[in-house]
Order: sequence, then C-alpha cells, then structure tokens
Amino acid sequence: MTETETATTAPGRVLPVTDLSLVVLVGATGSGKSTFARRHFKPTEVISSDFCRGLVSDDENDQSASRDAFDVLHYIAGKRLAAGRRTVVDATSVQQDARRQLIDLARAHDVLPIAIVLDVPEEVCAARNAARTDRADLPRRVIQRHIRELRRSLRHLEREGFRKVHVLRGVEEIDRARVVTEKRFNDLTHLTGPFDIIGDVHGCSAELEALLGKLGYVDGVHPEGRTAVFVGDLVDRGPDTPGVLRRVMAMVRSGHALCVPGNHENKYGRYLKGRKVQPTHGLAETIAQMEGESEEFRQEVRAFIDGLVSHYVLDGGRLVVCHAGLPEKYHGRTSGRVRSHALYGDTTGETDEFGLPVRYPWAEDYRGRAAVVYGHTPVPQATWLNNTLCLDTGVVFGGRLTALRWPERELVDVPAERVWYEPARPLRTEAPGGHDGRPLDLGDVHGRRSVETRHAGRVAVREDNAAAALEVMSRFAIDPRLLPYLPPTMAPTPTSRVEGYLEHPLEAFEQYRQDGVARVVCEEKHMGSRAVALVCRDAEVARDRFGVEGPTGSLYTRTGRSFTDDPALTEQILGRLRTAADDAGLWAELDTDWLLLDAELMPWSLKASGLLRAQYAAVGAAAGAVFPGALAALEGAAARGIDVTGLLDRQRERASAAAAFTAAYRRYCWPTDGLDGVRLAPFQIRAVQGRSLAGLPHDRQLALIDRLVEHDGSGRLQTTRRLYVDTGEAESVRAGVDWWLEMTGRGGEGMVVKPLGALVRTEQGRLVQPGIKCRGGESLRIIYGPEYTRPDHLARLRQRSLHHKRSLAIREYALGLEALARLADGEPLWRVHEAVFGVLALESEPVDPRL
Amino acid sequence: MFLTVTTTGTPEHPATDLGHLLHKHPGKAQAFSTSYGTAHVFYREADDLRCTAALLLEVDPVALVRKGRGKGRGGAPDATLAQYVNDRPYAASSLLAVALGGVFSSAMRGVCRARPELPARPRPLRVEIPALPARGGRDLVHRLFAPLGWAVTAEPVALDAEFPEWGESRYVRLVLRSDTVTLAEALRHLYVLLPVLDDAKHYWVSADEVDKLLRAGEGWLPGHPEQKLITSRYLSRRWSLARQATERLELLRLAETDDSEVEEIDNAVAGETATEEDKPAPLAVQRREAIVAALHEAGAARVLDLGCGQGQLVQALLGDTRFTEIVGLDVSVRALAIASRRLRTDRMGERQAARVRLLQGSLVYTDKRLAGYDAAVLSEVIEHVDPERLPALQHAVFGAARPRTVLVTTPNVEYNVRWETLPAGHARHGDHRFEWTREQFRAWAQAVAARHGYTVRIRPVGPDDPEVGPPTQMAVFTLTTAHDTTGTTDTKEAKAA
Repeated sequence: MTETETATTAPGRVLPVTDLSLVVLVGATGSGKSTFARRHFKPTEVISSDFCRGLVSDDENDQSASRDAFDVLHYIAGKRLAAGRRTVVDATSVQQDARRQLIDLARAHDVLPIAIVLDVPEEVCAARNAARTDRADLPRRVIQRHIRELRRSLRHLEREGFRKVHVLRGVEEIDRARVVTEKRFNDLTHLTGPFDIIGDVHGCSAELEALLGKLGYVDGVHPEGRTAVFVGDLVDRGPDTPGVLRRVMAMVRSGHALCVPGNHENKYGRYLKGRKVQPTHGLAETIAQMEGESEEFRQEVRAFIDGLVSHYVLDGGRLVVCHAGLPEKYHGRTSGRVRSHALYGDTTGETDEFGLPVRYPWAEDYRGRAAVVYGHTPVPQATWLNNTLCLDTGVVFGGRLTALRWPERELVDVPAERVWYEPARPLRTEAPGGHDGRPLDLGDVHGRRSVETRHAGRVAVREDNAAAALEVMSRFAIDPRLLPYLPPTMAPTPTSRVEGYLEHPLEAFEQYRQDGVARVVCEEKHMGSRAVALVCRDAEVARDRFGVEGPTGSLYTRTGRSFTDDPALTEQILGRLRTAADDAGLWAELDTDWLLLDAELMPWSLKASGLLRAQYAAVGAAAGAVFPGALAALEGAAARGIDVTGLLDRQRERASAAAAFTAAYRRYCWPTDGLDGVRLAPFQIRAVQGRSLAGLPHDRQLALIDRLVEHDGSGRLQTTRRLYVDTGEAESVRAGVDWWLEMTGRGGEGMVVKPLGALVRTEQGRLVQPGIKCRGGESLRIIYGPEYTRPDHLARLRQRSLHHKRSLAIREYALGLEALARLADGEPLWRVHEAVFGVLALESEPVDPRL
Repeated sequence: MFLTVTTTGTPEHPATDLGHLLHKHPGKAQAFSTSYGTAHVFYREADDLRCTAALLLEVDPVALVRKGRGKGRGGAPDATLAQYVNDRPYAASSLLAVALGGVFSSAMRGVCRARPELPARPRPLRVEIPALPARGGRDLVHRLFAPLGWAVTAEPVALDAEFPEWGESRYVRLVLRSDTVTLAEALRHLYVLLPVLDDAKHYWVSADEVDKLLRAGEGWLPGHPEQKLITSRYLSRRWSLARQATERLELLRLAETDDSEVEEIDNAVAGETATEEDKPAPLAVQRREAIVAALHEAGAARVLDLGCGQGQLVQALLGDTRFTEIVGLDVSVRALAIASRRLRTDRMGERQAARVRLLQGSLVYTDKRLAGYDAAVLSEVIEHVDPERLPALQHAVFGAARPRTVLVTTPNVEYNVRWETLPAGHARHGDHRFEWTREQFRAWAQAVAARHGYTVRIRPVGPDDPEVGPPTQMAVFTLTTAHDTTGTTDTKEAKAA
C-alpha cells in the first residue's frame, strides 16, 4: 500500500480503493478532479467543495464562503461515513491542514483514508480554467501556488495518515487509470459456515484436541465441512502453546479455520519482532516452549500472527467474531482504534484490587443486530447478553474450553484437565452484566420511536405517549425483567343495529365471517380485572431465566403494576397456579419451567375499589339520595293538578335506571380478605420456555387451562365457559346469540368472540382482530352511564366510531406478539422491553374510553 | 340537580308570596333552557301556610361533554370515562348553581316589581338539598353556612348500603333553616357556596367570574370567617383546571386502562406532607444549603439534579455562577413543566439559558446524556423508587453516568417521632416507598460505594437530634479512581502495537 511509481504500460494504472473509505482527491484547480471523480465513482459518492460553496453562498467560486462550505462538506461526509458509505472528496486538498481535517474525519468514523493525487502541468490547468467562463480570470499565481503546495505534499502523504496513496502524473496516465473496488479484509459476510467458534485456548492443547473431537473434527477437518473460528489467545500460560499453534495454523492454512488475534498473540508477535516486552501474564511459558521449536516454525508463527485480521464479519453480517468484543459502530471498520478495541476491549480507566484494569461492560450497552462472539474475559459460564457471548470459560485456569455452534447457537464444552495457571484474580462469579446489571437504556424507549414487528411491520410510538409510559413504567411498574408482556386493548363489536342494543353478538359473528373466519369461540367475560401471571417453577428458575433474586414470578395489571401491594399475597396466588400446573403435569407436557398466563382476576372491586368508590358508588349514592325527594315533590305538584306528567315519568325512569346502575356495579364487588374471596380465571397461556403460544388454537388453549383448573385443589381457579360458533351457519349463530342473551340477561358482563385459530390473517394478509368483545346491556350501564338505554341517548351513542380503537387494538396486538416472540427467542431484555413499553405507550393514545 | 325552598306564612303574609319573590307562578310548572340542560321550576305545595318551590335541573350529558372539550374550558379533561359516568345529573353541583343564577336572577338581585316591599322582609326559610357534594365534609358545610344565620343540618349519605365498609360518600343531605335571611340572600349564598363545596371537576368558569363573585358576595362575603377559603376555591379552579385539561391526558388514559383514578399515578407534583409543610422553609432550605456546600467542596461546576421535581434546587444552583452547567432531570412531565415555569426558561437570556437544561428521563434506565458531569444530586429521590428497582438506579447513576461526586439525601425515619403532626408509623409522603433509619442508609450507601468504586461519607442535614439523629441524611459519594478512560496498561499496549 505504498505509492506506486508511474509505469506507462499499455492497460493503464489500476488503483485499488477499499469499498468503505474516504477518498481524498489531491490536485490543483483545473487538474481534472471532478472529471476523474465522475468517471470512476457514483455521483452520490462524490462531494465537491465547489458544490458546497454554491449551497451556502449561491456562488461556487465565492472563496469567502469556503469556511462554511467545508463545514457542510465535512458534515455530509461524516453522515455518509457513519452510515458506512464510501465518500470521495473533490476539493484541491493541496494544503496539509485541509487534508488533516479529512484524515481526522476518516479516523473518527474508523474508515481508511485514501489519497489519489492528480499531478498535472501548470499549463494544462491554466488552459482548462481559461476555458471556463466563471474561472477565466483566475490569477495564474493561484494555480502556481497549488502546484507548489502539491509537490511539497507528495513526500509525506503516507506519514500524514493516508493508508493508500495513488499518484497519477500527467494527463495521459490520469485518463487511462482504472479504479478497482476492494473488499475490506474483515468482510467475510459471504461465508455462511456453519461455524464452530472456539474460546480462548491459552496453550491447552489436550483440551483443544478433545473439544475438536467432540465437535466432530477429524485431524482438523470436519466431515460436514464446518469451519472452526478461533477468538484468539491461543498462546501463553498453558502447557503446549506450540502444539496449539501448529494445529490452528494448519487448519487456517487449509481453509478449515479462521482466526482472529488476541492480545496475547499480539504481544508475542512483538516479542518475535525483537521488541522489548515484559514476559508476564504467561508469555514466559510461551517463550520457553517455543525455544524448543525450529527457527523456521518461529518464523511461520511470526508471519501467521502478522497476518491476522482484528475481527471478522460473517454470515451475511449476522455474526461478528473478535477477541475482546466490539460495539456495533466498529463492525467492519478499519482503524487503529477498532483493532485496539478488538484486541483489548475498552476499560473504564480504573484498576481493581488485584491491580488489573477494570473492563468497560460494553456488552451491556450493545444494541446491534449482529451477534458478537468473543473471549478475553474469563467467565464461569458462557451466557448470552444483548446478543453477545463471551466464550472464554477459563480453561487454562481450570475451567472449561467452550465452543459455540453457529447458526445452531449450541454450546459445546470440555473441562480442563487441571489448573494449568493460577489466575491473578478469581473468575468473576457472574456473567458480564450480572443479575442486576442488565440495564435498560433510555435510548431504547424514549422519544418518538418505531418498533419493528414481525406481524405488522413498523409500529410507531409518539413522543408524548412514550413520555407518559416512561413515567408509569418507572414509577409504578414492576421490575421489567418480570414484565415480559402486556395485553393489548380489545375492540368492541361493530355497533348493533338490533333494536334496544348498543352491542350484540350478531355483528361480531358477521365481522369474522367477512374476515374469512369460519369458526370462532365465544368466551364468557368474567367481571374481573385483567391480570398477567408469570409463574416460574421455583425461585431458581426465576433467577436463572429472568435474573431476579427472590420472587418466583409476577402478577401484574394491564399497565404493568403489581396486582397486589403485598408480595406475600402475590406469591400465594402464584403458588396456587404452580401447584395446579404441577398436578396437571403441564411443565413436562409443555417442556418448560415457566408459564406466562393471561387471566382475569375477580372481584373487580379488589383492584378498582378506589374508582368504584370515587366514581361508581358515588353516582349511585347521589342518585339514591336525590330521587326520593324529587319524585315526592313532583307527585305533590301532580296531586295539586299541576301538569308535570312528562317530567314525573321521566324522573321515575331515571330513578330506576340509576337503581339498575347500582345493581350493575354491585355484581362486580364482593369483600376479600387476603386470598379469601379472590378468584382467578386464566384463559390463555401466552408463552413458555422457547415458544410463544400466541398461535395455539383456542380449543387447545382452553383444554390446557381446563386441566390447570381441574387440578386446582383450592377452588380459587375458575374455568372459562365457552361456546363454539360457525359464523356461516345460521343455526350455530343463533345458538351463540341465545347463549349471550342468557348470560347477559342475568347481568353478566358479556363475552369475547375470538377466531378459533387465535393468530389469523385475512386472505389479503391483514391481521384479524384477536378478539371482539360483546358486552351485556347491564354491564354497559356502568360504561355509558345509568341512562344510556333511553332511546334518544342510544340513538346518539350509536354514532360511535370504532376505527381508532380497532387500529389501536391491532397495533397493540402486534407489539404484544412481538414481545412474546422476542421472549421466546431468548432475545435480550431490552428487545422484549421495547415492545412491552410500546404497548403501554399506545394505551395512552386518545381513544373513546367507553369502547 | 335538585333543591327545594320552603317558606311558611299566615293568611296576612301568605306563604305563596314566595311565587312573587321568585317570579315564578305557583300554579304552573315551567321549564327553562340553560347551557347544561333544562331547568324545571314547580311547586310541591302552595297555600297560605306553606309553600315549597322546587328547582330540578335535567342535565344534558351531551352538552356537558361539549362544554368540557377544548383548552381553557375547565371542563372534564378530554373524553374520559368520568364524563359519561358522573354525578352531574344527580348531585347539586356547580351546574345547579349556574341554573339557579339564570332562572332566579331577579330574585337573587332582590327585585320584585309587583311587590317591592317583599324582598327586604325576612321570612322563615327552609332550603333542602338532598344530594350536595361537600368537599371538606359536613364540618365545612357548617362553617360555611352557620355564620350566615342558618341553622344547619347536614346528614351523611352512605356510599352504598350493601357495602357499609366503603363508608360515607362525599354527599350530604343538607337542610338550612332561618328566620332572618332574605330569599335574595339565600339564593346568593347558594350561588357562591354550591360551587365552593363541589369538587368542581366539571365547572366552566368564565372570565368574568371575579365580578360575579363580587356581586353575589355583596353584603355577606367580606365579613365571612371563611372568606379566604371561599374566594380561593371559587376562583382558583379557573387556571388549574385549564392546565389539567392539557397536561395529564396520557396519564389519565393509563390510569383508566387500569381502572384506577388518575390521582393514583399523576401524583408527582403532590404537595409535601403535612409534616414538612409545617416547617417547609427550614428543612427544604437547609437541605439545599447542605447540597450546595457539598457541591462546592467537591469543586463541581457541571451538575446533574436527578429527580429535580419542580426545580427548586435547579433554581438555587442557577443563582450561583460557580455552577456552569445544570441539568434537571425528572420522569414527570408535569413536574418539568412547573420547573420550567418556575425558572421562566422562556424568558431567560441566552447566557443563562445555556447553563440550564430540563430533561425528561428515568433513573431506572441508563442514559447516555448523563455521562461526563462533575456531580449528581439525588435529593429526596431514592425513597420514591421501589426497593426492587433500586439496583437499576444504582447502576444507572454510579455505574453508567458515573460522576465524580454523587450526593444522595433521604429522610431519616427515626426522626419521624419528632414530627408532631405525623401519626406514628406514617411515612412523610404518600409516595414514599420506604424510609430508612440511619443504619439502613449507611449500610446501603457503603454497599453501593464498594461496588462502584466510590468512597462515602454520611452527613446530617437539619438539627442533629442526640437521640434520633437529623431529619434528613445525606451521603456524599466520591469516585476513587481517575475519571479517565485512556492511558491504562491495556491501551498503552495497544498503542505500542
């Protein structure tokens, strides 16, 4: 990568230019930079200073605007480089100061700065400028100065920091040159493996051979064509560094392995080059062991280490392998900083009590899409954290040697034969991040956002709604680790055309029929409060899977608040569910050690007592107090012959409506004491270990729930009554209506109609509403007010618009499904939380609250 | 929505004179359209000995909704459930007062053209309001009406007879009796005092409300022992309700999602407790002084006020030019809005404005905006965080933001016995999730310091009681290692490479 001397051979010079780089054209005015750029690069890759001058001053030649113009140029170039796009700067760049700014920019974005110099005789430049009307009067001395400065620069372009320098001399060479795009060394996205990524070996040759054997390699070759990938630190500390190097180098040479360097290779490499290094941290062992090898082998090792690339991007960009971990902005980048981070990781600047640097927990901040697999920091166990995995399980310290199968994501390990080397500090007792250190970042939830969902594309969250959700989530919600899901809101049935009804099942059945859903299930509504229960088999499962110390799960409301103020009561309710699941054999059947249940908790008064007293009972009390006197007064007036008939009748109707209202809310209330009087009706298992059950048909769901209830010895669990209806069969529809009439006639809350298949799309591919509620006439009284059944009121209420509510229900449903899928896939907490938070934020959107 | 006025009389001074006074004929039932529905006036009985006029307001719920909409209307905030299921159609609310003022306007002014001598003459009056919303309870009802010459009977109304454990409702059945009050005075009393007793969520207060109050209060309000309360309640709703309507909608909907009342979650700006209100200045001021002093000792210039609330500390820091950059962060948008008003950020000069920023954020999330400051203050903040979420806060502040100095203040629960007004076992603030003893706080602070590489000293704030310690305790955390992320062994090696 040095300046290539001019050689006027026929095909013209070939100029290799890296695919992600900052290309700086260097040449006097009139040297043909713009023409050259046009010929060899995409128009959008090129930013010219003249163009930027025009942007800020309306005059491409206004030199007084140069300062602002270059600000704009640097800004645009910075944005492109940050986005990973090659950028060509078309400015004279003959002054060192101008170039330095561009080199700084390239470094700031960790891309290679490349210089292409166009060295053209003064006469040619002058003639070209003269031919341009806008530059005809450019003084000759300007061109002379440019050329003088350019010549002076040529000697030290590389020293300035350009990683490639191409100097083209004369018009002919410039015209014949060809630019060839080169890939970066770290870009192996075209390799799809499968891979076996192997952690820090540290000279533990026997364990390496054992692990390779366990992975299926025969003498360094996998019969199924798998590729081993070593995360570095092959050398030092262990008993047989030469053996490990010999094996790995042979595999790399034959194309059966890839290897990235570790800090230990790097240091040994410097030793081999004769640099002065401290023979500490196990280097002395390597030096001693290598003494016994041939000089030829040592030279091979030196060349091998020299040729290692700091990190690799593999498998279409889904996998990044490096030694010490790498934040996303460094993936596929090329700079000293990236290399340093890949080899050493970041440190906080502190040292711990053993005098070793404290590593910055970069993985906790990691939000990238690519999985990062690395080593470097010995941990007792390889654990995924935010899509990163540290494979250094300290084999040399007596731990294990661990490999990750990719894309299977399976861990394979072998134990150390013995402690080969005493660690300077004890192995960390927790994985990076630890149990209380899986922080959520504000950037994952705050402000205007859009959440990518697999079932409904991007779902937008407005800033105001996110702000409200942040307040509730921070101040009132339970620990987000125990809050992996929030249920979506549900739309009511289209407004009924049946006389005297606002809601009626006919419209719900019809709606599903139109959506192509032939069979639905009607589930009774329970007149309780929505509750989600996360039930772990025991506290250990809660700790291992959800990272919490103490509780065995959670029981929470639609806004993520704990259902009870008393943790002991929560544990009691979870205990009931757990015992029932034990007895029903659900753990084994569902192959899980936790259940996420959606349920209804009764009575409603348990949760809503504040609202009941302040609003519902208050209305009943006011009505109860006022009507006897008002009716008596009207009756008195009527007895005197005053015509108050209409008024009196109306007040009698109102009084009885108010009494019906009181009767309606009373059905939702009964006293409880601790667990006494509390009932729980689970109606859906949302997720279990490794699986979202969102797509499990409701008949199978209910069968599971029935078994759970059946095996509950306490009588606290309650089943959900249901009826299956064929939306296209008049008889079946009639039976559904009758069932609803019967239930609501007794004051029941009504029912929810759901497509039997649970997760269903229309023929056009649109998500079908997961449920439609049909509320009973009396229960609607507590929503729409005591007198809503008056014909004039009802007529007005029928004008309600369901559009926003239905859209909201689908968007929240999609976010809920997304949360469940991410949970099931074992995705990092922040990814699950992002979707859950979205549901809460959407709940604060302005929608008619009566729907 | 209903009240009756009864008078008694004799053949010489017949009770039916009430009809003249009210300008409504006792032999008729009349209906009047008002902005909230139809007001009906009729007489239950009307003879020489006894005459009872009734006012019945049939509230039009749609009108109620319509009036409530929009900014500055002071009505129900947005389209919330409270609008559809509320007591307005039944209770003697401020709406009834509006109707009263409209239907009986002449009577209220004491004008009677047919019988000009009648209005000035007191006569036996009995006013009955069967469902009167009474914020402040029966006691306040007495305090408001008794000084005006009324014999007051206020009986409680149970919330629900089937659930006696729910207790009394906010309504009372009110009966007022007097032989000295004129009818005009009676109506003016009701016109002012009904809205004062109402909790006023649905009352639309117009711009000329002050004038109305002055007119209706003429002759009785100036000398009333509760004049201050009456005036402030009558007028204060105007702007505060308008603000409610614009600011708390999202939270209100989230409260409704959970079938809970908005006050349960929108309480970040609740007043301090009764106890601290008793001596608000000393302790709050002492706390701020202690914080500022500790910041100076630490040489901090760029300071985070985490959980800044309504911005009192930010304001104090702004007044001290040694603090070059002050960031106030709070999770409550409402608190930040109040802080912004307090600081007058919209009128601040550029130089001042450059020193201060108010941000919404949360301490249970890490926040990149908070890195690189000299000091962070968490004044009376941790006790508002659920204990199980404190580790997240610790990580966000001490692990991620990692300022050189962190000041944490929190109540010392041992001192609570010294607050005379605080019932035993009660927290100082309704939202406190815990209150710690000195020992608990010390243990927490030391564990946090050890884990995150800080040293910590605990200081008293306020009078240090020999027995129970100070009312407030403050921990001063200092980072033990240089806050420098380069130049360590590893990176030096890297550079050499």
